[in-house]
Amino acid sequence: MMTLKVNGRDHQVDAEPDTPLLYVLRDELELNAAKFGCGLGQCGACTVMVDGKAVLSCVTPLLLLEGKQVTTLEGLGSIEAPGPIQRAFMEEQAAQCGYCIAGMMMRAQALLQRNPKPSDDDIRAELEPHLCRCGTHMRILRAVHRAAHLMQTADASTGRRSAQ
Amino acid sequence: MNRPLILDRRQVLAGSGALIVSFSLSKAFAQDQAPAAAPAPKPPGSLATAPYLDSWIRIDADGTITAFTGKVELGQGFKTAFQQIAAEELDVPFESVKVITADTRRTANEGYTSGSHSMQDSGTAILHAAAQVRALLMAEAAARLGLPAENLHTENSAVIAPDGQRLGYGDLVAHEMLHVEAQATSKLKDPATYKVMGQPVPRVDIPAKVTGGAAYVQDMRLPGMMHARVVRPPSYGAQLTECDTAAVEKMPGVVKVVRDGNFLAVVARKEFSAIKAMTALSSAAKWKETPGLPKQDDLRSVLLSLPSQDKTIFQASDPAASGQKTIEASYVRPYQAHGSIGPSCAIAQLTDSTMTVWTHTQGVYPDRAGIAEMLRVPPASVRCIHVEGSGCYGHNGADDAAADAALIARELPGVPVRVQWMREQEHAWEPFGPAMVTKLKASLDGNGAIADWNFEVWSNTHSMRPGGAGSMLAAQHMAKPFAVPAPKPLPLPEGGGDRNAIPIYKFPNAHVVHHFIPAMPVRISAMRALGAYHNVFSIESFVDELALAAGADPVEFRLKHLDDPRGRDVIERAAQEFGWKKGQKPPADRGYGFAFARYKNLAAYCAIASEVEVNRETGRARLVRAVAAVDAGQVVNPDGLINQIEGAIVQSASWTLYEAVTFDDTRITSIDWQTYPILRFNAVPDSVMVHIINRPGQPFLGSGETGQGPAAASIANAIANATGKRLRDLPLTRKKIKDAIDA
Repeated sequence: MMTLKVNGRDHQVDAEPDTPLLYVLRDELELNAAKFGCGLGQCGACTVMVDGKAVLSCVTPLLLLEGKQVTTLEGLGSIEAPGPIQRAFMEEQAAQCGYCIAGMMMRAQALLQRNPKPSDDDIRAELEPHLCRCGTHMRILRAVHRAAHLMQTADASTGRRSAQ
Repeated sequence: MNRPLILDRRQVLAGSGALIVSFSLSKAFAQDQAPAAAPAPKPPGSLATAPYLDSWIRIDADGTITAFTGKVELGQGFKTAFQQIAAEELDVPFESVKVITADTRRTANEGYTSGSHSMQDSGTAILHAAAQVRALLMAEAAARLGLPAENLHTENSAVIAPDGQRLGYGDLVAHEMLHVEAQATSKLKDPATYKVMGQPVPRVDIPAKVTGGAAYVQDMRLPGMMHARVVRPPSYGAQLTECDTAAVEKMPGVVKVVRDGNFLAVVARKEFSAIKAMTALSSAAKWKETPGLPKQDDLRSVLLSLPSQDKTIFQASDPAASGQKTIEASYVRPYQAHGSIGPSCAIAQLTDSTMTVWTHTQGVYPDRAGIAEMLRVPPASVRCIHVEGSGCYGHNGADDAAADAALIARELPGVPVRVQWMREQEHAWEPFGPAMVTKLKASLDGNGAIADWNFEVWSNTHSMRPGGAGSMLAAQHMAKPFAVPAPKPLPLPEGGGDRNAIPIYKFPNAHVVHHFIPAMPVRISAMRALGAYHNVFSIESFVDELALAAGADPVEFRLKHLDDPRGRDVIERAAQEFGWKKGQKPPADRGYGFAFARYKNLAAYCAIASEVEVNRETGRARLVRAVAAVDAGQVVNPDGLINQIEGAIVQSASWTLYEAVTFDDTRITSIDWQTYPILRFNAVPDSVMVHIINRPGQPFLGSGETGQGPAAASIANAIANATGKRLRDLPLTRKKIKDAIDA
């Protein structure tokens, strides 16, 4: 039994220490967003954030995560109250089948947290580990740009509110 | 006024006080309306085969509205488009309609969701069913109010009388009222009045997909569900000679090892336990393999040497036209993979002698027939429910995974068993898009026009979808195996290997031959666009070769040979939006290319202009910019259509520049994303623009596959324009381009 911190909450997890994080998230915690794509770290569909950095959960064993903060797409908002990156992907209709999208969004989120104003080249370079088979790339790029804009606007409005 | 006949029938029946329209009665009325000699015209779309209105539209007494489709959502956005169509013709808000997709207990049998048929078949059925349901509701309101139906109108889920009185649809509907057969014609709304159709309504499936909601069969968790993994043979035809399962059965969490001939699987309580057990079981299994694969690096010779059934499928002759300058070329396409990002998955559960299978199959009814045959039970004992999976782009491992799950679940009655394939299983065992060869020969007359045209294509069939158990791996591998069904060429006008083989252009002399190859050394089936991908690539590349020989501009040259006005419109629009100018020189190391097709010569029109950059040092080609024009008839959701065409262009760029299944004499060797590379973000275009030519009131034309061929040819033509070298063997890899530049 070990404690795993996911989306700000502690979970007692009963799984073998070599279990990849992906299966703990999907099967123990019943979180849907991180997807099994290859199990080899080649496609990015399983991407989550660990301490703010994008991590391939299909090749990250549970034993490496003691005391770390795991964030999944579920931690960035909900269908009722979507976070900025979720809103951006909805507004750009940036999905076809959508199976790769949660992973893309997590790496984009990690990028935007450390670089709030990325260039188009920055975004393309960052998303290089990710595959999309439907060919939704143009919309994904637009959605990440939009997310950056929404986050800045949100920061600005929060800033104004707190200043008042 | 052109009132639908259905109103008269309803009024007659309503006048008699009966609200139940029986099957026999509606038949009798239908016969009354048609002269005895002429067969009654069939209602449009899938209504022809599933004529009852309540197979498509249900309205409950509480006003709940449900639209049913036998087609499936694959990420193309149909669910949203169907909801728009139903809402529009019923005159109800978009949000008030719920769409139920393919389920053998609930929806009509619409066969497969394939061939860009969904809008034409199911969309058309829902359009007309909704219009006829609205007419029935108005007739019912007219009877109750004692007013002529012409004086009423519908609005926001209600029939409104001239005095403002509202009769809600839920209040009007009565038991069995919609259980009537559709009429051949419907009173459809004037497209000019559309409020929901034609609007870029946001897709209903996207919010769950971007917030971690349960969106896929992979996300289903049933109470007591267990996880299974299959151990596939290492190669086609391999025989399991030895497998000591005792150690695996003792592994923690393992519930059962299932062996049936060459079919081997393991079930565990937890998913990762199942994966570890699968690895152990795989090590324990000893197989006898037989080399049987052809030479991967010489597919042209391989295909041309296999026995074929040859058929002339098109012939035109005009002795007055004769050529002076003749050129020939041959093009090859390798085996290519669907390459779904999520490996195939299914859940099956045997309860009370019913096997329920949740599957991302494209055809729940055929899948049910195949699974029932494999289990040797009647089809009624199997229920297949479609749940979305990762995008498939044709026949991937979905049906095989469904059969795997059913075969395993039979061994554990009551337990829901979830099977997901591993990456290497999907890559090695999916049925690939077939390799193809084309040979073209044409002559130009003194005016630089094509005087004669010869086109030959060699190909396997393009569909080995389940019609029976033998199409599914599990049934092929059982101790008492089912034989792979004999392949059949898909009939024209849609065709399979010969899809789009007949030119849409007008040539005075033309001869088109389809060489159908029954032998299938590599497992193949339907992949997006079927033969149209390679045939359009070949035709549109060759048309450019001829334009070059004639000294003509590629766009002008196409228009010179094309009469179809809608085809001409998309060509002109794409050229104009791209900024295509005759004789225009591209910047250094760049090229412009153009291509056009009408998918199947009967679905959506698509023209694409491309700009490609070529690195002369490395041979690397990148699609920089693509501009498309598309005519899909009446547009239901313009953003959905644009999304499909954008995706087609980028996916086809990946097929065209990078993709080929690899194998040695025994095994498939492209088994993951390193050995089967596809397009990554460093190759994504700078811009892709899609322009729609809407045709209000015209029939829906399937558009999901129309972009594949034109995108490939426009890229190839742009590479030829940039380098002066013509490449004819797909994929157009950097090595081939570099070798051509250096030659």
